[in-house]
Amino acid sequence: MLLKSKQSYDLTEAAVTDEAVFYNRRRLLQQMGFLGAGSLLASSASAGLLDFFSSGDKPAGPQFQQAPLTSIRSPYSTAETMTAESKATGHNNFYEFGLGKDDPKANAQGFKVNPWQLTVSGAVNKPLQLDYDALFAPELEERIYRLRCVEAWSMVIPWVGYPLATLLRQAEPTSAARYVAFQTLHDPAQMPGQGNRFLGGGIRYPYIEGLRLDEAMHPLTFLAVGVYGKTLPPQNGAPVRLVVPWKYGFKSIKSIVGIKLVEREPATTWNISAPNEYGFYANVNPQVDHPRWSQASERRITRGGLGSDERIPTQMFNGYGEAVADLYAGMNLRKYF
Amino acid sequence: MPVPKTRVMSDRHVLLLKLLIHGLCLFFLLRVYYLGFSDQLGGDPVKAIIHFTGIGALNLLLLTLAVTPLSRWSHQGRLVRVRRLLGLYCFTYAAAHLVNFLTFDLQFNWPLIAEELTERPYIVVGLCAFIILLLLAITSIPPLVRALGRRWKLLHSWIYIAVLLVCLHFTWSVKADITEPMIYLAITLVLLATRGRQLRRPFSWPG
Repeated sequence: MLLKSKQSYDLTEAAVTDEAVFYNRRRLLQQMGFLGAGSLLASSASAGLLDFFSSGDKPAGPQFQQAPLTSIRSPYSTAETMTAESKATGHNNFYEFGLGKDDPKANAQGFKVNPWQLTVSGAVNKPLQLDYDALFAPELEERIYRLRCVEAWSMVIPWVGYPLATLLRQAEPTSAARYVAFQTLHDPAQMPGQGNRFLGGGIRYPYIEGLRLDEAMHPLTFLAVGVYGKTLPPQNGAPVRLVVPWKYGFKSIKSIVGIKLVEREPATTWNISAPNEYGFYANVNPQVDHPRWSQASERRITRGGLGSDERIPTQMFNGYGEAVADLYAGMNLRKYF
Repeated sequence: MPVPKTRVMSDRHVLLLKLLIHGLCLFFLLRVYYLGFSDQLGGDPVKAIIHFTGIGALNLLLLTLAVTPLSRWSHQGRLVRVRRLLGLYCFTYAAAHLVNFLTFDLQFNWPLIAEELTERPYIVVGLCAFIILLLLAITSIPPLVRALGRRWKLLHSWIYIAVLLVCLHFTWSVKADITEPMIYLAITLVLLATRGRQLRRPFSWPG
């Protein structure tokens, strides 16, 4: 009979840090340290003097409720300094909720995400219909990715979700599937920009994005259902969005209702709007400038006020070249920008 | 009973109006820097302050251009005395706009600055407008006004070119929707239309 005497260094089950707390420890520390400063960030005065033409004051309605998510850590995460949550959730391009960077947060708080329906259809053997809860069914992992906007600013954001390939494999693409098209919810009643070109910038709605099938199946291509350890807030694309870290941010479509596997390259929103400025591929590439500005460097938004951002050189494929450059072997990336 | 006459602006009224202009222009400019440095300008304070000072400069430019027709229509000749002050604040906001862009956005990355200033059309256009505003600001110093004599008026009619360049700079800089720049352009054209006579004989060298 084996007798085990309890040693002073033995840990009991109760002493084990909850996994969620363990993986969130850095964030918990940040929240404790920055809560005081964060609560001072409430007001925003970035309004233009013509803002009385648009939505006006921030609604006094209730805040969107985010639920905590548990996730495992991913080896694909970067160790770079993360962007403050208030910045990543307060500075968004989501024209469905207005053109200003602070409009989405101001106008999207009443957005309904449950019930939700995401369909995976087209050239697949098993079309899928996922309701809100099904979006969270696969094992969730946290991936801290660099996000490079085509406007030459960048952030480092901890997404929670799973590889898009997980979902696509369940649907079993047929041999006819060569591209994947994504579509954002079309609901002008909830998304004022879709019904009013003054608010929505006059781009074509619903927003459509697309990837080649091999890009979509790449392990870095991520379907995010959360951010900063919680479900996504509406301004970041609740309840489910795409994250393609080696492409400019506009490829990472938000609030997706449809994923369709197709034979031909789908027409995508920004490419339709300005084909000479926004290509289908939109791979981050410091050598190919936007016609109106340089893409050789970027302003990294982390935390703090004026003067705290650093301008850093932009990396080819946003630093994910080792993993994705093979996808584009032999392609002229100046032509297929 | 005598017919009530329109009240004419006194020197005191002009002084009060000037103080009001100083107060408002300085308050908004200092406030936006305070909010920016204390991280209360939203997610990206750099973009916010560049936009604020740029649109502020354009608003002040249009106000400057509105002074002459306003004084004519209201028969308040003294009103034109605030024109120079508004013009100088327009220049101040424009200078802040340029300095913000170079300091906070491009961060004195000289190769990048050289590239942006030469290759980006909307930035070149903006810079041209700024150079005109700079010349007008320098030559608004009273001794220079006197020294330039009739040529001063010619030089200062370049403000019409500057405002059109600024409208083009604004239109070119937006990503998709050009409604707001078009509203500004419409206001600009109305203000230019009030100067029909001057614009019909444009920039003829005074002989």
